[in-house]
Amino acid sequence: MQNHLLSALTFVPVLGMFAILFIPRDKSYVIKVVAAVTTGIQLWLAVQMYIAFDTTTSAMQFVEHYAWIPAFNIEYFMGIDGLSAPMVLLTALLSFICIFASWNIEKAVKGYFALFLLLDAGMMGVFVSIDFFLFYIFWEVVLLPMYFLIGIWGGPRREYASIKFFLYTLFGSVLILLAMLALYFYNDPHTFNMLTLMETTYDYNFQKWVFLALFIGFAIKVPIFPFHTWLPDAHVEAPTAVSVILAGVLLKMGIYGILRINFPVLPDATLWFAVPLGVLGVINIIYGALCALAQTDLKKLVAYSSISHMGFCLLGMAALTSAGMNGAVLQMFNHGTISAMLFLLVGVIYDRAHIRDVNGFGGLAVRMPIYGGMVALAFFAGLGLPGFSGFISEALTLIGGFGAEHSSSTFRWLTGLAVMGIVLNAAYFLWAYQKIFLGKLNEKWAGLSEINGRELFTIVPLAIITIILGFYPMPILGMMSETMNGIIEMVKSGAITALQ
Amino acid sequence: MDNISSLNYFIPELTLTLTILVLIIYDLFLKKEESNYTVYVAAAGLVFTLVMLLSSYSNVETSLFLGMVAHDPFSFFFKFLFVLTAFFTVIISSTSLEMKGKFHGEFNTFVLLITLGMFLLVSATNLLLVYIAFELVSVTSYIVAGYLKDSKRGSEAALKYVIYGGVSSGIMLYGFSLLYGLTGTLEIAEIGRILSQNNSGNLTVLVSFLMILAGFGYKIASVPFHFWAPDVYEGAPTAFTAFLSVGPKAAGFALLIRFLNTAFVSQDNVNMASWGALEQLAWPEIMMWISAITMTLGNLVALKQDNIKRLLAYSSIAHAGYVLMGIVVLTQDGLFAMMFYLSAYYLMNLGAFFVVLNVADRFGSEEIDGYNGLVYKAPFLAVCMGIFMFSLAGIPPTVGFIGKFYLFAALIKGGSAYYPLAIIGALNSVVSLYYYARVLRAMFVRGEAVDSEMPIIKTPVAVIGMLAFPVLILGLYWAPLSDFAHASLKILITH
Repeated sequence: MQNHLLSALTFVPVLGMFAILFIPRDKSYVIKVVAAVTTGIQLWLAVQMYIAFDTTTSAMQFVEHYAWIPAFNIEYFMGIDGLSAPMVLLTALLSFICIFASWNIEKAVKGYFALFLLLDAGMMGVFVSIDFFLFYIFWEVVLLPMYFLIGIWGGPRREYASIKFFLYTLFGSVLILLAMLALYFYNDPHTFNMLTLMETTYDYNFQKWVFLALFIGFAIKVPIFPFHTWLPDAHVEAPTAVSVILAGVLLKMGIYGILRINFPVLPDATLWFAVPLGVLGVINIIYGALCALAQTDLKKLVAYSSISHMGFCLLGMAALTSAGMNGAVLQMFNHGTISAMLFLLVGVIYDRAHIRDVNGFGGLAVRMPIYGGMVALAFFAGLGLPGFSGFISEALTLIGGFGAEHSSSTFRWLTGLAVMGIVLNAAYFLWAYQKIFLGKLNEKWAGLSEINGRELFTIVPLAIITIILGFYPMPILGMMSETMNGIIEMVKSGAITALQ
Repeated sequence: MDNISSLNYFIPELTLTLTILVLIIYDLFLKKEESNYTVYVAAAGLVFTLVMLLSSYSNVETSLFLGMVAHDPFSFFFKFLFVLTAFFTVIISSTSLEMKGKFHGEFNTFVLLITLGMFLLVSATNLLLVYIAFELVSVTSYIVAGYLKDSKRGSEAALKYVIYGGVSSGIMLYGFSLLYGLTGTLEIAEIGRILSQNNSGNLTVLVSFLMILAGFGYKIASVPFHFWAPDVYEGAPTAFTAFLSVGPKAAGFALLIRFLNTAFVSQDNVNMASWGALEQLAWPEIMMWISAITMTLGNLVALKQDNIKRLLAYSSIAHAGYVLMGIVVLTQDGLFAMMFYLSAYYLMNLGAFFVVLNVADRFGSEEIDGYNGLVYKAPFLAVCMGIFMFSLAGIPPTVGFIGKFYLFAALIKGGSAYYPLAIIGALNSVVSLYYYARVLRAMFVRGEAVDSEMPIIKTPVAVIGMLAFPVLILGLYWAPLSDFAHASLKILITH
């Protein structure tokens, strides 16, 4: 049965964008309402998807398959499985929340929300495309609005940050493009269909080169050390809602790409690269945490913590165990919600004080008790305290890493090091909390107002999800497990057939 | 086919010639300040030519005038582009402030003359006619390049253009004469046949080819024959720069393709082109180097430009390098990719120059800094320019991306020998983004919001919109264009 749920999810924001383009620019309230309604519909559709989603299969669901450019065998081919479904949910949720987080945007409101909806459509498209060409188009469509959102509505160094982001990611994109073409021509008949690409057995050396090209392209987006330097700049300059999307969804696109394409299509190269991937993961964890420790800018601190948290995903994936893979994807979802909370909370204080320096505050818990409580909750979730969702996913990746069947001794060492990262994570979160909220109230900030209802509305749903998934992760974990087992199976059996 | 019956196939060219004559005579009866009226004659003539061209389309290759001229889908493809380019150019020049009161009658005549020259250039199969058509295009271009007589830059542009053009066409002519000496004929197909039978004298063949390449390279502005381009682009009236950056460049590529394809390259196998008489000259390697150096140099120098016309000039040099990637493989896929890319390039580059023209007219600046805050002053123009810039940088969903995609696809399909060039090309796109983004940054990021938008001049804005729309739409659904390019791959081989 073909239904059009995925097309609707992807193109509802585009319709909203066109609607906004036809609204006169001085009617900024109408524009915001249209944007909220659009993303609201999208969220409702995503929930429908969640209800109808079949968790007992690893096959593609809600498939839409049409010819697009037959001469080049390019298809309009969409579908989701347990890997993409949580991401679809996350994208819809965060887009909806971010519209409200952007409510106080004043500069060129029309352009902002139009671009935001385009960004939303692009992200959704990335997660639902099965045709590699379609995937690539959406992948690039994400770049354009992001460049403008940082460049126009960003902070003082926005010119530098936006072009750095753009150049870095485009560099990655062209590598993906070349790898995509290499895969396309390797297959006969030529195809961009990812499912067909997965069935072909590729030459070992070919696999390595294509894997590396794709990996660098995706690694820039994650970002994996040493391709991470654009991230702190982009985060610091981006407006709050854009930071949320950047950390919550865009970083996940990189990991998603690796899991969607690199792993199943190039199984031999995946095994060949598993140990380097694990090592990079641990570098991300430790290096990200150490950098976060050195920051005084709260937003930069959270940005580096993202790099650290993404490392857990890499470690879990590299281990190629069921626990590791499930943990990695769950970590993607959880980090999406937790980092979104963190950035939203940073935005709240920045909107009031116009600084983010952790040393510039002190004793704010007296003045803003609700805010202080929310930040405490988000920080505890971020540092992986049991009872919050982050703990479960990080624990799963570590269990997965410890149980790796290939190069098991190396992975045990790596996992041991990764645990050190958790301690470092705790250190900088607690240290930052102490400086901002505890101690004697800095009189300069005696006039700060408490977090308001709109801000709470953006944060509380995320907090509830974080806590629920901390006690009972099955609503998300259940969606993905079949697919994860399928991918592991594909890597292992694919590699064996190729080596014979 | 003999001369009289050939005339039946030659009606578009005859229409164009007639229009030119009418224009000259009509202009004599107009007062100086009325010379703008000639645009109606020119536009009507071009529309009429377009109709004739469409009705003369035939799917078979025919040789006209005793083997001088080819009538094939390949030349139709380019003629179609040229007529549209000329049409947009005369329309937009009529509203340009830069040319206000400056002999529009002559300008329109010259544009149509160049168009006629390009018509002949893309269909010539005899070296003599190639040279005549080449000079018709060049000499007329020299005049128009120096059209702004009171501008110092205009004079400099024209002089540089004459000198470079004269030298390179001289070198090319010498190359022709060497080929004539070796083979005793000027028919391109015949030259190829004789050279492939008699492989002696390779050095002479190589030398004559390199000399001929000097002429072609000058027309397409590839390294090392590109030095004229930035000065001419900057000094010529912007409407003509737009025309120059797409028309003669495409004509040069068409000539290069026909020259190589008619005589030297056989396409018996779709995946591999065999280089015939050129097999022993390391020809693909030479072209590969030229392509790589052209795109890299164009892009690197463009990074440093502050004048937008110079920036676009270097960018157009870089684009010549991209298109040459198709010449390097020269398979059917390569040719197809080139033709697709040239038509994409035609849309986006023409559009970009028209925006430059419009901005210069309204805000008086050709510097990138003059674009600061354009989105607040002229939002439609800024958005169109944004589309053209993204398309030139090759970012989806624009037709420029699809064009690059086909070029890379042709290279990667051609085999691992071409991978390095594909990687160089891909990295070049990243470099090029930086300077295109400078324009974007000026338009969107810098500058302050103003309350009032500037009043719009309707005609140029409509033309710009007509170019920006297909850039986007063909980026999402490009089957019509790719089908057209595929159908136009039929090149006359023998007669």
